[in-house]
Amino acid sequence: MINDKLTGLVLDEPLLWEKGSKGRIGISIPESEVEKAKPDTSLLWEGPDFPELSEVDVVRHFTRLSTWNFGVDTGMYPLGSCTMKYNPKLNEKTASMEGFISSHPLLPENMCQGSLKLMHELQELLCEITGLDAFTLQPAAGAQGELCGMLVFNAFHKKNGKRRKKIIIPDTAHGTNPASCALCGFEPVGLNSGSDGILHPDSVREIMDEDTAGIMITNPNTLGLFEENIKEIAEIVHEKGGLVYCDGANMNAIMGAVSMREIGVDVIHLNLHKTFSTPHGGGGPGAGPVGVVKRLEEFLPVPRVEKNGDKFVLNSDFPLSIGKLHAFHGNYGVLIKAYTYILSMGKELFDVSTKAVLNANYIKENLKDVFHLPYDRPCMHECVFTDENFEEYKVSTLDIAKRLLDFGFHPPTIYFPLVVHGAIMIEPTESESKEEIDKFIEVMKQIAKEAKENPDILHNAPANAKVKRLDETLAARKPKLKG
Amino acid sequence: MHYIPHTKEDVEKMLASIGVKTEDEVFAGIPSSLRRKYPLNLDEPMSEWKIIDKLKDISSENTPCSEKTVFMGAGSYLHNIPSVVPYLVSRSEFTTAYTPYQPEVSQGTLQGIYEYQTFAANLLGMDIANASMYDGATALAEALLMSLRIKKKTSKVAVSKAINPYYLKVVEAYFEPTEFELLYVPFDENGKTDISKIENTDDIAAFAVQSPNFFGIIEENENISKACEDKGCLFVSCFSEPFAFGLYKPAGLYGADIVCGEGQSMGIPQSFGGPGLGMFCAKEKYMRQMPGRLCGQTQDKDGKRGFVLTISTREQHIRREKATSNICSNQGLCALTSAVFMSCLGKTGLKQIAEINFNNASWLKKKLVELGFEERFKGSSIFNEFVLKAPKGFEKVWKKLSEKKIVCGLPLDKFYEGFENNYLFCVTEAFSKENMENLLENIKKEVSND
Repeated sequence: MINDKLTGLVLDEPLLWEKGSKGRIGISIPESEVEKAKPDTSLLWEGPDFPELSEVDVVRHFTRLSTWNFGVDTGMYPLGSCTMKYNPKLNEKTASMEGFISSHPLLPENMCQGSLKLMHELQELLCEITGLDAFTLQPAAGAQGELCGMLVFNAFHKKNGKRRKKIIIPDTAHGTNPASCALCGFEPVGLNSGSDGILHPDSVREIMDEDTAGIMITNPNTLGLFEENIKEIAEIVHEKGGLVYCDGANMNAIMGAVSMREIGVDVIHLNLHKTFSTPHGGGGPGAGPVGVVKRLEEFLPVPRVEKNGDKFVLNSDFPLSIGKLHAFHGNYGVLIKAYTYILSMGKELFDVSTKAVLNANYIKENLKDVFHLPYDRPCMHECVFTDENFEEYKVSTLDIAKRLLDFGFHPPTIYFPLVVHGAIMIEPTESESKEEIDKFIEVMKQIAKEAKENPDILHNAPANAKVKRLDETLAARKPKLKG
Repeated sequence: MHYIPHTKEDVEKMLASIGVKTEDEVFAGIPSSLRRKYPLNLDEPMSEWKIIDKLKDISSENTPCSEKTVFMGAGSYLHNIPSVVPYLVSRSEFTTAYTPYQPEVSQGTLQGIYEYQTFAANLLGMDIANASMYDGATALAEALLMSLRIKKKTSKVAVSKAINPYYLKVVEAYFEPTEFELLYVPFDENGKTDISKIENTDDIAAFAVQSPNFFGIIEENENISKACEDKGCLFVSCFSEPFAFGLYKPAGLYGADIVCGEGQSMGIPQSFGGPGLGMFCAKEKYMRQMPGRLCGQTQDKDGKRGFVLTISTREQHIRREKATSNICSNQGLCALTSAVFMSCLGKTGLKQIAEINFNNASWLKKKLVELGFEERFKGSSIFNEFVLKAPKGFEKVWKKLSEKKIVCGLPLDKFYEGFENNYLFCVTEAFSKENMENLLENIKKEVSND
């Protein structure tokens, strides 16, 4: 029997505004050394409603809040597509070096050679890993990388004399893709994957035309499957003058195994907070660098970092550039962490991908007798099951997910991809050991057993978290967004 | 490699379980014709110790602003950050969690974000805030797109030329592929947006103005609000220095519809420009048109208070191409950082530190004027930044100072015509009187050597 009574000490903690006392302060005020100046009093106000707290109040408050969270450091976090791998602590150390964190983004070049050098080296490393020719580090997250890619598509077609209106997006692409292409004024055209879960050239040939700017493929796709026909699909798109975008959020499965350029990809974004181990921070900051083939380099955002002799310089002289996507150079602090990770792993990044794929296939093989596996073929870094086997017991994917919490595992991604009904998308990453994965498999089997024997345990899960299941309908119907 | 836990025995057992013989066979899903035929041309893994040495070397090629010789803001500010802020925020329960999709085990992040939203709305005098945007520039771009969604029949927005030019570049990039038009509104001889220029425009969805603006000047929010009302357009106010609202009344209280900008000043290090914090607030009635994540209060099965991500029917993962934005990962940890920072500040700390910023800037401005600099914009209220026209031939002095790792303001000639020899200065509470006197001494020395 596996223990599901894992709760430790959970303290309650009110909102900040329900704490504190008038006259308290939690910060050291610097000495006032110059004479007071007189502001125009008609422009002033009494100041915002901020709570008044001591330093100890603040420390206790946020420490208690932190204990209600589950992170990768707490336990296995097999959230499909999100690549919740271990976040090395060395990365945090390097990113907080004084020369980096205390650097102004508009410094004269002689005062920021270190920052520029790191960016230049990281760009080159990402080129080597993906096989593409040039990278911009400016996009602040994966979705902004997608937007950057779509802007590049747009600029490319504009230069060729004709703007195109449509983009092909498969049903196995990431959820942000349609919104990113709409933001760029393109109309998304749906493309269904085959019964084997991958795309087929004929269906692309049918819809690719000269008003279609290109295709946005997630590869490996959101079913965890490699798009075997990608090269042929790319040729069809290229023949009609289109471009191929790859959502590279799943690059962690194929580092050293596939060159994106060789399989026909023109533009890719990477998620440094997934593949390159930077922590996700409960919702960012991430970074979504974009790589392109040579013929698209002139469209990348400015300024671009270049090496000029032994000096690094910023160059904004690219008249066809899409411009800027961030006030400065993107989420620079995140870049330092990814750079550190790449140095730590070096050529063993191939081993990272191998172990990520090994772990996912191991889970797939060991759970497929218990959970319904809609596409039974070799997977890459993640595998997708469904709740089909438990429908008759009125147990859903959501119930299974919530029950996992009681056993100390973060649930997989649920109800995504949309092409699978009741999807349970499991991505273990390379960070998990065989013992940990065996424990996960055992727990999943136990939950499957409970689902049939005592479904109410699942309906009432989680039993051990800080709160029971939360009423999301109430939150949306009567929104209360501030205290 | 110590980040990968697999032993040789583990691998063998796992391969057997899958039914393959070699590790390379795990890639059975990739046709061999599509496999990369040559290994990654990367170095051997580097030890932790060598990496620390290497990164120390690289970082030492930068001049840190903490040396207090960089008198430049323009969207990135050096403020004191109490030790507790990075200490608390680096707790791995916060850093190593994903977006809170499973609220029962993410209450720490969610309550923290809810508190951030409350801080942001209160600071900016607005009804509601979202969970964050990428930065001030993208927040402005999305605010303008949101205005166009609200004012469906219009296709233009007016934006002040006194908004940070880097923000405007981002807005231009976001607008380029759309059918929407950007109208630029000039500034007058006082460095303030020339409000009269929007009188003759029609069909604008919004009028966007920054305050304090790029020149550090407080805009006439009351008149702007009135002009927007007359035009029937939204008043979008942006900012790059939220510390100003410790002193100056924020645009929300003048009736702004959307207030957005950069929150880096609230406890986040400069870090070469990112990660920062895109703050985004709106009137409550526009809630369903907002981009980004929203965290809301609710209750659990037992009636206990809890927090969840909410109103997600606006978002990309549900509404797909009809979403209000494509934003997914935002700047969650930076929002939390600023919440911790603002908790430390409290009402008193915010005000006192804001006053020191204003006092220091006023003092340094006066001293520079005594050295022969001229106020470019006279009679306008400032916070911690100001524009001065330098004495003739100062370009050479500026260059010499920068060789000595001193940044004597940001040269403005590359941004606007007629701004040769004009510099945007910044000084905050992080600078002592001695730091400022050093700058003055260095200027004197270089001018007399010239």
